[in-house]
Amino acid sequence: MKTEAVYEETCQVVVVGAGHAGCEAALACARLGLDTILFTMSIDSIALMPCNPNIGGTSKGHLVREIDALGGEMGKNIDRTFIQSKMLNASKGPAVHSLRAQADKAAYSCSMRQVLENTDHLAIVQGEVTEILTEGRQVTGVKTYSGALYSARAVILCTGTYLRARCIYGSVSNATGPNGLQAANHLTDSLKALGISMYRFKTGTPARIDRRSIDFSKMEEQLGDERVIPFSFTTDPESVQKEQVSCWLTYTNERTHEIIRKNLDRSPLYSGVIEGTGPRYCPSIEDKVVRFADKSRHQVFIEPEGLSTNEMYVGGMSSSLPEDVQHQMYSSVAGLEHVRIVRNAYAIEYDCIDPRQLLPTLELRKISGLFSGGQFNGSSGYEEAAAQGLLAGINAAMKLLGKEQIILDRSQAYLGVLVDDLVTKENREPYRMMTSRAEYRLLLRQDNADLRLTKLGYQVGLISEERYQELLKKERQIAEEIKRVEHMNLGTSSQVQEVLIQAGSTPLTSGSTLAELIRRPELSYELLAPLDPERPVLARGVAEQVNIHIKYEGYIRRQEKQVEQFKKLEQKRIPADLSYEEVPSLRTEARQKLELYRPVSIGQASRISGVSPADVSVLLVYLESRRRGVTGKELGEAQ
Amino acid sequence: MKQDTIAAIATPMMSSGIGIVRISGEAAFSIIEEIFRPKNSEKQMTVQPSYSIHYGTIYDGNEMLDEVLVLLMRGPHSYTAEDVAEIDCHGGVFLLRRILETVLKNGARIAEPGEFTKRAFLNGRIDLSQAEAVMDVIQAKNQMALKTSVSQLKGSLSSKVKDFREKILYETAFLEAALDDPEHMSLDGYGERLFKVLEEFLKETKDLLSAFENGRMVKEGIKTVILGKPNAGKSSLLNALLGEERAIVTDIAGTTRDVLEEQLSLSGIYLKLLDTAGIRKTEDLVEQIGVSRAKEQAETADLILYVVDGSCRLDESDEEILKLLEGKKAIVLLNKSDLETIVTEEELKSQTFHPVIAISAKEREGFQKLEEKLCELFFQGGISFDEELILTNVRHKEALEDAEKSLLLVRDSILAGMPEDFYTIDLMGAYTSLGRILGEDLGEDLVEEIFGKFCTGK
Repeated sequence: MKTEAVYEETCQVVVVGAGHAGCEAALACARLGLDTILFTMSIDSIALMPCNPNIGGTSKGHLVREIDALGGEMGKNIDRTFIQSKMLNASKGPAVHSLRAQADKAAYSCSMRQVLENTDHLAIVQGEVTEILTEGRQVTGVKTYSGALYSARAVILCTGTYLRARCIYGSVSNATGPNGLQAANHLTDSLKALGISMYRFKTGTPARIDRRSIDFSKMEEQLGDERVIPFSFTTDPESVQKEQVSCWLTYTNERTHEIIRKNLDRSPLYSGVIEGTGPRYCPSIEDKVVRFADKSRHQVFIEPEGLSTNEMYVGGMSSSLPEDVQHQMYSSVAGLEHVRIVRNAYAIEYDCIDPRQLLPTLELRKISGLFSGGQFNGSSGYEEAAAQGLLAGINAAMKLLGKEQIILDRSQAYLGVLVDDLVTKENREPYRMMTSRAEYRLLLRQDNADLRLTKLGYQVGLISEERYQELLKKERQIAEEIKRVEHMNLGTSSQVQEVLIQAGSTPLTSGSTLAELIRRPELSYELLAPLDPERPVLARGVAEQVNIHIKYEGYIRRQEKQVEQFKKLEQKRIPADLSYEEVPSLRTEARQKLELYRPVSIGQASRISGVSPADVSVLLVYLESRRRGVTGKELGEAQ
Repeated sequence: MKQDTIAAIATPMMSSGIGIVRISGEAAFSIIEEIFRPKNSEKQMTVQPSYSIHYGTIYDGNEMLDEVLVLLMRGPHSYTAEDVAEIDCHGGVFLLRRILETVLKNGARIAEPGEFTKRAFLNGRIDLSQAEAVMDVIQAKNQMALKTSVSQLKGSLSSKVKDFREKILYETAFLEAALDDPEHMSLDGYGERLFKVLEEFLKETKDLLSAFENGRMVKEGIKTVILGKPNAGKSSLLNALLGEERAIVTDIAGTTRDVLEEQLSLSGIYLKLLDTAGIRKTEDLVEQIGVSRAKEQAETADLILYVVDGSCRLDESDEEILKLLEGKKAIVLLNKSDLETIVTEEELKSQTFHPVIAISAKEREGFQKLEEKLCELFFQGGISFDEELILTNVRHKEALEDAEKSLLLVRDSILAGMPEDFYTIDLMGAYTSLGRILGEDLGEDLVEEIFGKFCTGK
């Protein structure tokens, strides 16, 4: 029976949700010329930052750089709206340098909304999507709560924490999304009816407090960097040198912990009201006090939410304890004695999918044309969401345009690691990016994201010709300069020795190349400029690459070798129609796991826990025999 | 496609006068160049034609190992369709293993079980009709290897490796947690601390390696059962053998109350020695059980040492024992040569085909001969045993050496003043290598450790 729809419209792509994943997904599709409709529960919550007021941080900063290199928006948007910026781990190796900026939350949302509103082929519609429409195994569109039908050949789900969301603190439980926004209560049923299996995850956020109630004299001031480095490769570095605001550091104490311990029985986490699985990497303060009982204090960062508000974020003290306990607990912290809470801390529960149902293109295996990104895929964090949204958007567009979809592997990008982990490993908690998850991190630096990915962005169609030519020029200059520096010989002249001594290095006993000197830990390409009169004028980004390449050459080469090995297995594709029942000699466990994950490559298969190296060998032999069988000719020759 | 170079012992490690170490991959010829000195010293091995055979000697550094024939085959006209070199050497497990280890030291890695067959198939050298058999072989060999690998590790050693691994993981997790959350955790002064810890780690690796060398790593050895009548001197033989300085021993609790098990290494051959109850007709129920157990052990033994009391006449018990020896590998030891002997070597030799050696367990005489005889049996392949056992040992050793190399690289990084994040690359390398010994892969260990041990996050 077909009921009359209240309204019908046809577009090419529907994106559900306008958070960080949805914005990138919609922008990618529209920029590639596809008519795209972006649904949001509320226009006022576009690109909302409902938790921490910053973008970037360790490994997340890498993701933002990668988004930018592929032609996404997040990097540009934070460059426009940041109020403090810091390069974390600056004293460590280049692989772990990570950019992090404090955002003016309202400005961030507003700026992103303007970008969306001014993008051709993109329409924003306020409304709740309640049903995914399909024909056979192909997505055909969505239906909204009002009964309107939107036909589309691709749908991208970026529902964040909104699906059947529940906010909880103490005995209070509200059926709302973050910040009291309306939850989406119907879509889960539609997904389940399509045979998609769901998880229930949990996360949390600390209280927001009134700046005027804080005694900053009892806290340590945290300043931004003197020279700010932008996120986007396209942002003019001079344009981001501006006045910055401060963050503040204080600590919990024994009294805080005592208050928490005394009230643990009133926490919905410990009483069992919360069912969802929470992340271990951002534990609530009650979690920290219980699990790390020997620590006498925990750090608390007080961070501004923006320039146009007095609200401050209390980093390190997320909680779901009852309201009265929250007041006691926060006011026990030095500098917060007279604290005024503006918004309570709370935990939030929501539905997401088991991401093992996804292809590494972020399309659901079961339903052609249905893509997804962000927290819906079981991840956490703005940056993880945006990166997935971009990839899902690109691949939905490639599919509709009849072009080859892209899969990023673990040696190409943090985004590749993120997606591979999501689709290949069992995640029992919201997944957060970490530099330790990237085994080739020496190659996946934030400084070379453009060199790694911008060519791909250009092929996809999100990078302009002009930007691409700039990249090629940069590549050329780096190669030429490395060569020049490696062949430049220095004698033991008094000028050379003087420069070395001044830089705290030991004088030369015999001649050396400039490159060899750069490799000394205390020296660098920049420091040795006085010995290098022939040096061409090069952009900062070029000089940086030259320095890193020469300094860490041995290590980089070793990782490149490993990547070579890794790629061999990665490039061996497994046909989508392979029946593991028919592969002889696989162990039962391996057979079941392979059937469940359906890896796209031998490499991916080898990373599934429960699949042994012998199973992988067996699979290789089977694929080869299948290949030979298919041609038939060689079979005849062999016999 | 470019492949790394693999090596393995290609002949069954049983009764044969000749053994073959096979190398396949692009470095096959250059490895031969490195370790083989041809009779005609002018010859450069890397440029020799395919299907050529060369006579010369294998060296590990300056130590000569064996006179051998080397057969070279250039890909694609070889079993694996890659460059293949085969070293035909004198049989004997000890020697084969030494040569294999030398090959590994010079750039090959030990082949996974079934890997030669796998490569041969993938490179089109085995026809399609055998694909299924190939898959069976790979899976079966791996299962066997895994089983052997884990079961061969003595409990105490496997927990040692485990503990060691955990310590490495802890340091890595500390570093990673601090890199992940630099505002919560500081790495100031960590390099110096890690440098000291590394010294311990390296010492630990050395200990494990030497444990491996003298056989303590291995639970199984050649199952050697000592038989004899009561008071023939079995226990003094055991004590005498164990009392030797070069005979290193660890205790394993007896599996039964009447069979005492000991471990011993003689010239690099691992013996699992089982001392049994004396065999005689008896009415004593407990003793009867002991006797029948001794007989059971004898039946499954790889080698029997039969101790004859030279001061007593041979009787029906000796006859019974001699029967047990039929069809087995055995050495007859005529004990108490220090006393006046009633039984002579000639008398014994007329009753058995097994070698007879006169010894005095008390005075420790004749042991040199025993050891020589043992080596003879062993190296000439007189004793057969599970080949996977030997390969497992080589694999364990390779894994330990890889771990050691990684740890040395961490030390280099600290000494070179590299930033802290560089340390973890090779720390994890060591962790992964040690995991191979336990048959454990990396999984999510590091992330679990970071979350489990360190308080980070917003």
